[in-house]
Amino acid sequence: MAYESILNFIVNRGTDAIVAMSPYDVFNLPYTIGVKIWESLGGLIAWLINLIFPNNGVSDWLISDPVTNGFAIILMVVVIFAVGFVFCLLMLWEERKVLGRMMDRRGTMIGLKGFMQCLGDGLKTFMKENVVPKAIDKKIYWWAVALVIGTSVLLACMVPLSNRWFIVDYQAGLLIIFALFALAPFLILCAGWSQNNKYSLIGGLRAAELMISYEIPMLILLAGTVLMAGSFNINDIVAYQDTHMWFVIPQVIGFFTCIVCAVAESERVPFDLSEAEAELVEGWQTEYAGMKWGLIMLGDYFRGYVACALVVFMYLGGWAFPVIGGTDWYQMYLPEIVFLLKVALVFFIFVLARAALPRVRTDQILNIGWKALMPLSVINLAIVILLKVTGVM
Amino acid sequence: MSEDANIIEKPSRDDIVSLVKAEFGDKVTFTESTKKNIRAINEGRRLFMKADREVIYDLCKYLHDKLNFEHASAVTGVDWVDHMQVVYHITNYLTSMVVEITVDVPNDDLHVPSVALIWEGANWHERETYELFGIVFDGHPKLERLLTPKSYEFYPFRKSYKLRGQE
Amino acid sequence: MAEEKMKADRMWVTMGPQHPFSHGLWTLRVEVDGEIITDAEPEVGYLHRGWEKECENRTYAKIIPMADRLCYSASMTWSHLFCKVAEEALDIEVPERAQYLRVVADEICRIQSHLMWLAAVGTDVGNLTIFLWALREREFILDLNVRLCGQRLTTNYPRIGGVRNDMPYYFERDCMRAIERFEKSLWDIIKLTDESSIFVGRMKGIGYITRKDVANYGITGPAMRGCGVDYDIRRDDPYDAYGEMDFEVPVLKEGDAYSRYMIRIEEMFQSCEIIRQAMKKLESIPKTAPYRLKVPKCIPEGTHMARIEDPRGEGLMYLVSDGSESPYRLKVRSPVFVNVSASKHMVEGVRIADIPAIMAMIDMCLGETDR
Repeated sequence: MAYESILNFIVNRGTDAIVAMSPYDVFNLPYTIGVKIWESLGGLIAWLINLIFPNNGVSDWLISDPVTNGFAIILMVVVIFAVGFVFCLLMLWEERKVLGRMMDRRGTMIGLKGFMQCLGDGLKTFMKENVVPKAIDKKIYWWAVALVIGTSVLLACMVPLSNRWFIVDYQAGLLIIFALFALAPFLILCAGWSQNNKYSLIGGLRAAELMISYEIPMLILLAGTVLMAGSFNINDIVAYQDTHMWFVIPQVIGFFTCIVCAVAESERVPFDLSEAEAELVEGWQTEYAGMKWGLIMLGDYFRGYVACALVVFMYLGGWAFPVIGGTDWYQMYLPEIVFLLKVALVFFIFVLARAALPRVRTDQILNIGWKALMPLSVINLAIVILLKVTGVM
Repeated sequence: MSEDANIIEKPSRDDIVSLVKAEFGDKVTFTESTKKNIRAINEGRRLFMKADREVIYDLCKYLHDKLNFEHASAVTGVDWVDHMQVVYHITNYLTSMVVEITVDVPNDDLHVPSVALIWEGANWHERETYELFGIVFDGHPKLERLLTPKSYEFYPFRKSYKLRGQE
Repeated sequence: MAEEKMKADRMWVTMGPQHPFSHGLWTLRVEVDGEIITDAEPEVGYLHRGWEKECENRTYAKIIPMADRLCYSASMTWSHLFCKVAEEALDIEVPERAQYLRVVADEICRIQSHLMWLAAVGTDVGNLTIFLWALREREFILDLNVRLCGQRLTTNYPRIGGVRNDMPYYFERDCMRAIERFEKSLWDIIKLTDESSIFVGRMKGIGYITRKDVANYGITGPAMRGCGVDYDIRRDDPYDAYGEMDFEVPVLKEGDAYSRYMIRIEEMFQSCEIIRQAMKKLESIPKTAPYRLKVPKCIPEGTHMARIEDPRGEGLMYLVSDGSESPYRLKVRSPVFVNVSASKHMVEGVRIADIPAIMAMIDMCLGETDR
């Protein structure tokens, strides 16, 4: 009877049963994929066991609903992470290629127009010697870097790609992402302190200094978006933008301010003070060799991905698209792809900034943060309140 | 370029010769270059002096304070085996005059007053000359080895220090 | 007691000898109070190879390629300077054609050296685009070196009494094309620097030196002219054909890192102008005219001195000859050696992030610093 599961998978493409079984009250695509994968994988195992030991209990147990549900959730997490991971590699590739063209060189060249170079670099860092300096604070040294990478990956997984592709659908979804984002500078400070290296100490302190300059404007901008949409839930915000208009039109000041803040948030080139390689060698990453450094870089790209995603959620309508957004086939196939394309587009602006701008100084970033970004974000908030009070939006 | 009224901003060659002679008498002697072609090119922008060790600090101070020689191009040591020599090249920015002052130092008393307090730019030149020739500049703010390791106890640019091919 | 406590808050950071900002092997030890620098101490000597002593062991002809190795990006001026001091000793004036060829070669060298500096500035302020664009333009200038001398960097082109070879065929055409292209594309790079308020903000107001201090510390070259000293050896103490060239010496009074940057950019344009004039003059000199004199192997006894305007400042060589075929003593006055000794004065009171920007304006080259 187990092999019927495979047959079922092929014949019965209905989703009602899956939704009924799942912990979600709405249709969740990654979960469905997980269920389908388990139906074929677990069904195959159950069928094989059934062939050897006919009519045993294990096969039945393997394809029972609770077990399927459990394995499906595990597979779902893997799927969600894999999509985020591959997209981060794609962003890395995008950056290398675009940056290459802007600098009048070719960028990476190996395999699939240079995409395989990312995997090659990943493999290389894994094969490097794991150098750990002697006079360090071991516990913090390891925990801080693990948490920096861990929170970055967690953040990337928290980003919903569409209203059917998410892990959790919190009412305070946007706030959770911000909270996790703000954790990193503290961990970077700890990591910089623990390494017993002056460069990394200065780098860690700079990360904290950087944070107070961009975090507050960013939160005020968040207030603008949330006020306008009337909800912290990402789903609601996107739905509101779909029914009314993308927030980039009423909040155009906020959009540009948010991009600057997002670049600072992900610590990319004009604002990468904590790893300023000209004066601080590698800043807080100086003593993290080999694989640790590779994972930190990957974590950086995860954070870049989330920062771009935030801009897309807050101003560019998330996975919604005007005109064709309402059609069935769009809802069927496109929302995730459209969302990722929008993220890539915002990331393109980040790459542009990296190609064109030199790094700012610590006092300059504070000036920018408090004298430019802060007033702009307050003006943006005022515009939002005005629109809300007059009832335009 | 100071507010001092006594300063001669653009001293000509003859000015320098007469003023220095009046100030230092026969402690400073002037030599003429024998090169005709080169002299024609330089148009008197070179002046060669030979000074006694005792007056070199005063001479440099006089050149700096009164004759507006703002720039010390180089301080050099030369090992003549029987004695050492310190050579100063000092420049006036306004007239492009380069004065070359030569000071003889006997081998048994390698001490010269430092001019690093007059021109900060001579500081490292004197340190270099000290470490390579062993000439001690009295009154130098920080006379330590600069280019060679601090553990060196010999002076590599002296003629007595042979390179491997020279032995 | 309070002062001791304040001292305890500070720490010494050793930047170098292997550090992204140092562009070579040297160390800048800085004492920082948070981010502000309170004290600094440059340390050089990692590359000291006894260049001057080595020369005492070589014949004059063998020193020319060695002089190339004093500085990788200003090799032409250093070998030129050595040839000049030898010519001074021999009391000869080189043929007219050779004079102009030397001027052209020197200015090509100056442009490519300044482009190397511009590239280094790009990495120091954290923008790789400036770096790559400047190096791209440098390749076209280096191609001229290849055409003229057969080498990209260590050219070994000047000879005592002239130059090694005359211009190759169509060099005028290639040179004019390269210069015209360069002038256009330099504006592209300027768009990345001058028109970027972040770049200007990084450069302006840091590393101040006054007119008085710059003379006192012996700083020369573009760093000096950026502080208001109107002095250029090419114009004020002319050598070779520079006396007949009509060019401007850019001078700015501000004295900060940005003015030093502006001076170097402007010098590149002036170098193009000089190359144009020299090329025009070269057309009027018959191709059959001599470009090299026959000179004796030994140099007569005496002491000789020559000065030259290196891309980094005043280059001076002091030669003591004893009548044999190798020098008795050869002293090199390196501009960077003196400029870097003033780095303590320049970096005090600025932030750590400013150190690369200020030091980039010195244009470090350790080959000539340590000799």
